[in-house]
Amino acid sequence: MMAEEVKLFRSWSSPFPLRVIWALELKGIPYEVILVDLSNKSSLLLQYNPIHMKVPVLVHNGKSIAESLVILEYVEETWKQTPSLLPEDPYERAMERFWAKFGDDKVLPSLWNVFIKQGKDQEEAMVPAQENLTNLEELLRGKNFFSGERIGFLDLAFGWLANMVSVFEEVMGATVLDNQKLPSLSAWMKNFMDAPIIKESWPPRDKLITKCQALRQAHIEKEAPK
Amino acid sequence: MAKNDDVKVLGAWPSPFVMRARIALNLKSIDYEFLEETIGSKSQLLLQSNPVHKKVPVLIHGDKPICESLIIVQYIDEVWTSAPSILPSDPYDRAIQRFWAAYVDDKLFASMRQIKSLEGEEKKAMVEQATEGIVLLEEAFEKCSKGKPFFGGDRIGYLDIAFGSILGWLRATEKMGEVKLLDEAKTPRLVKWAGRFCADGAVKDCMPETDKLIELAKVLMAKMKGAPPKQ
Repeated sequence: MMAEEVKLFRSWSSPFPLRVIWALELKGIPYEVILVDLSNKSSLLLQYNPIHMKVPVLVHNGKSIAESLVILEYVEETWKQTPSLLPEDPYERAMERFWAKFGDDKVLPSLWNVFIKQGKDQEEAMVPAQENLTNLEELLRGKNFFSGERIGFLDLAFGWLANMVSVFEEVMGATVLDNQKLPSLSAWMKNFMDAPIIKESWPPRDKLITKCQALRQAHIEKEAPK
Repeated sequence: MAKNDDVKVLGAWPSPFVMRARIALNLKSIDYEFLEETIGSKSQLLLQSNPVHKKVPVLIHGDKPICESLIIVQYIDEVWTSAPSILPSDPYDRAIQRFWAAYVDDKLFASMRQIKSLEGEEKKAMVEQATEGIVLLEEAFEKCSKGKPFFGGDRIGYLDIAFGSILGWLRATEKMGEVKLLDEAKTPRLVKWAGRFCADGAVKDCMPETDKLIELAKVLMAKMKGAPPKQ
């Protein structure tokens, strides 16, 4: 009988492969990591994700799946052992999918937009970013995790926030997430950051800070009046 | 007071995203009330049921609003479990269809809708981008259909709905831009598939007419040209 072969393509810093790692770890699924240098994309990545040439890519018994949220649903449907990542109720599932999409389509780009700017431009960018974060605060109210009592799909989808907000704030020397105004979200970030399995997975912080400093610098220089 | 099995769709006739919800309900033979938004304004009901995005479609099932077209389609598939299934049963096949549906929204439709307002080299580049995307979908069709008429096999499925719903605007773009996007020579299978999709019983009553879409596009483009620059 063929052993299950699970490979995950990731880079050292990208938060999206982490979603898949968390899911695999939570479900106790053995997997092999293939580290990719995104600045020098290998032919292996081209072979397994020819459309987007991005990480993560999950390869399960030779079949490859790309797009982190698609992969999460695949993991949930393939390995049905606990913990289950999505709720049973179709409406609750639709809500988690809706907010996960909101996270990727709105929250992330709006925070990135704050991160790569300065001065007046950054002030303006803060408004939609903080509105988006307020939506998350309201979503959480009364709950320990986005998915309820324990970590689920939506927590994995938002997990990047727990790490990246503090990294962004340190690099840009400005606060985007006000702990006083968003107490539930702040508490969730702390809980998620330090949760078992999650806490071992974060990329080395100093390396991440250095990388983000370079990215911010590059963007600011590009926008500078000539 | 809404019954628990009351189904409403908040929508607009030109929207491919609204079409998706309607096709899914049609496939499952679910009766629903179609509440049409006036183009250019947003009803109170819309603002209340989709406060985050303020967009159609919204599916209102009993008193619960569900937003985002592909999420609505999955919801419909999961609530009304009688045949036909919209997503396939195999997790890998599901993942492939989800991947390509996301591609249609994030890449293909986004590049396609720009074509009508571009000219010269920019237009050429965008047309090339869109055409390349459609060629990729031709390959995906070969793999997903396994020789059958639809991405979903014998019947329309998730990816058929995701991609097929943009055919109205695709044809409108071809006419307005005087370009060929769905090409017999490059993507013969998809050309045939498009015909089958549009003729399907679950689709034909909600597919907008190409000429009406063109009329609307011209009106909207004229409005935009006359409008003050947006910030």
